Amino acid sequence: KRIITVNTRNLTESVKKGGCGECQTSCQSACKTSCGIANQQCEQLKAEK
Amino acid sequence: MAIFVAGIFTEGYMVHCYKNNGYNIVLDSNSGSVHAVDDVAFEVIDKYETRSKEEIIFELSSKYPEITVSDIEDVFADIEELKKQGKLFSEDTFRDLEIDIQARPTNLKAMCLHIAHDCNLACKYCFAGEGEYCGDRSLMTFEVGKRAIDFLIEQSGSRKNLEVDFFGGEPLMNFEVVKQIVAYARSIEKDKGKNFRFTLTTNGVLLDDEVMDWANRECYNVVLSLDGRKETNDRMRVSRNNKGCYDLIVPKFQKMAEKRNQQGYYIRGTYTHYNTDFSKDILHMADLGFQQLAMEPVVADPNMDYALRDSDIPVLKEQYDLLAREMCKRNRSGKGFTFFHYMIDLEAGPCIYKRISGCGVGTDYMAVTPWGDLYPCHQFVGDEKFLLGNVFDGVKNKELVKEFKLCNVYSREACKDCFARLYCSGGCSANAYHRTGKITGTCDMSCELHRKRVENAIMIKVDQMYHSMEDKK
Repeated sequence: KRIITVNTRNLTESVKKGGCGECQTSCQSACKTSCGIANQQCEQLKAEK
Repeated sequence: MAIFVAGIFTEGYMVHCYKNNGYNIVLDSNSGSVHAVDDVAFEVIDKYETRSKEEIIFELSSKYPEITVSDIEDVFADIEELKKQGKLFSEDTFRDLEIDIQARPTNLKAMCLHIAHDCNLACKYCFAGEGEYCGDRSLMTFEVGKRAIDFLIEQSGSRKNLEVDFFGGEPLMNFEVVKQIVAYARSIEKDKGKNFRFTLTTNGVLLDDEVMDWANRECYNVVLSLDGRKETNDRMRVSRNNKGCYDLIVPKFQKMAEKRNQQGYYIRGTYTHYNTDFSKDILHMADLGFQQLAMEPVVADPNMDYALRDSDIPVLKEQYDLLAREMCKRNRSGKGFTFFHYMIDLEAGPCIYKRISGCGVGTDYMAVTPWGDLYPCHQFVGDEKFLLGNVFDGVKNKELVKEFKLCNVYSREACKDCFARLYCSGGCSANAYHRTGKITGTCDMSCELHRKRVENAIMIKVDQMYHSMEDKK
């Protein structure tokens, strides 16, 4: 296998389900000076797990 | 180790190919799909949109005599399949969401409560100027804090999870009021259908058993300020009589981390021009037993001696690489730790709306001064141009809120061809404003460093995948 896809999630899937605004505000978590959006988690997906 | 990077950008798709720590990695930015590939596939993908299939096959057959034409054709077939699945060379279909986001009602969900504009340290790089934000020393009263909680609930619409960070200055200089505000919020949250998440940011000087036990009951997250090695920390984080605080705070932070079972906290450092070898500071803190670490570049007037400068960038990027490689090693030996910017959840990260619109500065998120004034975030506090209103009369400067609503990855010119835009969401508006005078600007140094962090965070995920495959064999 010359190409291994690491993840299964596709961001387009979140167009319909996303935008609830229940996730943590990134700047509140640790940085306070630079953005760390991608290291937040989606509350809906967390609940599904 | 040399790191090769190639990007394929057009108006529609964005594919970022790079080599890092011995891995060939392909990121399809729009779908968020990450692919680990061999040398042949890496070259095919890199040339896929600019060369004909025949040219690529001819070139690679000469370069890799051990592979057959059929092997290369298989790679083409795999790429076509991934394209069909929307995982490679995927189109940017999110542009219209920008209009949707701007049309949504503005609901507040997070507040930074400046509980104390006063501090018991005098850190040399503090953007709040010894905690006072260029104003007078001041402590928030319970009345202002209570009203801020009510205001947050009133403005939050249907959102259930609300966040309040106790910030300063040093919040523990006003701990009694902190406790009263939390008790008030807890007393009404159930009736109001809300769930409060409190965070506390502290320098640790006043941290004691009472505070620790209270924080462990009430705080979702605690941010503990420490810059790393003793000489690094004590150069910048000093008392008003210029004495370093390392020896005082480290034992307390170690106790706090253990009391929280190594979860729900960050040891948060700042690096400056004086410790561009900051990976050593992070590893020092890991060796002290801390497992949740964050380290940020200093925000400073470029004229300050400790300010980072453009000539530091290559060294800083190398430090991020060194850190990532060391983390891979430690993960494999069961001694891993978390670094804030290398946490990336490829399966359950934020939705596309969040990735486009960013941190919510001035819309989802506001800062409250000790006397109740509202600002777009803690970094704008004290700049009267950014005064939004106050918690008693509400938001008066609605035009400014509209301006902040326009802050997103599509409003920033520099983001248009950046592979990392859906990982940083356009970066920090305050940093951009202080560097460029525009809240929709970008700070070149921040962008360079963030791209490097994203590359490394993804590389660590790839390393974990290969490690788990080896374990299964």
